[in-house]
Amino acid sequence: MRVLETGNHFVALAVRSAGVEVVPAYPITPQTQVIEKIADLIAEGEMEAEYIPVESEHSACAALISASLTGVRAFSATASHGLVYMHEMLHYAAGIRVPVVMANINRALGPGWNIWCDHQDAISQRDTGWLQVFVSSHQEIVDTVIQAFLVTENRDVLLPMMVNLDAFVLSHTYMDAEVPSPEEVKRYLPPYRPRWRLDTRLPVTHGSVVYPVDFSETRESMKEGQENAREIIREAAKGYEEMFGRWHGDLVEEYRVEDARHLILAMGSAAAECRVAVDSLREEGHSVGLLRVRFFRPFPVEEIRRLCQDRDDLLVMDRNYSYGLSGALYSEVKGVLYGRTNIPVRNLIMGLGGRDVTHQLIERMAVKAWKGELDDITWADSHSTKSHEITKEMLGRFEEMLD
Amino acid sequence: MDKNEKKVGYMTSMSKPGKGCAGDTGEWRVFKPVKDEEKCNHCLLCWIFCPEATITKDIEIDYQYCKGCGICAVECPTGAITMVKEEKQ
Repeated sequence: MRVLETGNHFVALAVRSAGVEVVPAYPITPQTQVIEKIADLIAEGEMEAEYIPVESEHSACAALISASLTGVRAFSATASHGLVYMHEMLHYAAGIRVPVVMANINRALGPGWNIWCDHQDAISQRDTGWLQVFVSSHQEIVDTVIQAFLVTENRDVLLPMMVNLDAFVLSHTYMDAEVPSPEEVKRYLPPYRPRWRLDTRLPVTHGSVVYPVDFSETRESMKEGQENAREIIREAAKGYEEMFGRWHGDLVEEYRVEDARHLILAMGSAAAECRVAVDSLREEGHSVGLLRVRFFRPFPVEEIRRLCQDRDDLLVMDRNYSYGLSGALYSEVKGVLYGRTNIPVRNLIMGLGGRDVTHQLIERMAVKAWKGELDDITWADSHSTKSHEITKEMLGRFEEMLD
Repeated sequence: MDKNEKKVGYMTSMSKPGKGCAGDTGEWRVFKPVKDEEKCNHCLLCWIFCPEATITKDIEIDYQYCKGCGICAVECPTGAITMVKEEKQ
């Protein structure tokens, strides 16, 4: 079925096609449309599922975990402060090994209060054990949500997955995309068969005290789940392409990289903008390609090692910042390349709090980077505004008043 | 694990439910539920509500594990259970 919809509604339609049975959720901008649409579909009898309105995101994630533990396919969605509010439960979901999927609509964290696109929310959840994928188009939203269940429910993985899509740029814009029907998806994604579940026929206690003598292996098992996921992700993408004819990449997506001297690395919708920048830079005679990092966890270690060597340099774009170091993608890329190549790796910080990332800015910054005119880490779109002047004025007045 | 050893595989914190894995929780008790056989009508509400499963279906209270929370006394419709202060040992 080809439809014109918002990114958020496409999440909901994909969730229906994936045969999700329980959806606990709490609304937050810019995620609200996702769960509104799901609630609508259930109310209109177009989707057979239980919708659980909860009192907070912490509870949403707790209900998500519990629903999954009863042996059903469960989904939720959140954003920004909602995501960080469920931080404790994110660790719990991964630690208890539930194969749930959650859409996170990437939004900045306050203060200052900001509802617009930024990856700080997802990046701050890096070490929870969740698989994290960043998508760059409406069609990719649909196809990734469906693939996500196949990956997480694989018995060699059994870890939750966060499908990240950019606030407003993807969540609230309308595009046309193909949505496979529930019947079509059933051929790709079999019904969920839990490895174990809460069942009165065989009661077990789960998540109770684990002493030092037993603990480490439960974490090593999660590490193995993430490692195993790499191959499962590749297979899931390949299988999806064979059945539905669409390919968005697996752990990464390559764009005009074959002969490129310079590579740009980016995630999310800004990476789609990078494609335009690559095309226009190539027209101007620059040898450049784009490596779109889809999965941040598990990190595409082999792909980056294979594709980033023998280039002149790398330019890593981050829509987040790990304070006291650099952008998050930048430090990961440098980490996996350590000892394998000596090429310069530079970091562009841009698009924070929903500031528009344009291909013109990317092109201008790329050319500057290649000429050696940029610092290793450059805040590419920093400028002074009228609001900044108000802060400065008030600080001046406070200085007078408090002295 | 080193390179030659097997992987951990799927490993979670699962344990079999059992009696008294937290020790003799009865020692925590300040008030003790005492049943009056005359008033008890065997409705089993105390058995249902006891959060520690220390009341049997024959309304026998297991004092080794009963923490003395008093829920049974509150729920009992005939007032057959009274909470009595434990004697100091």
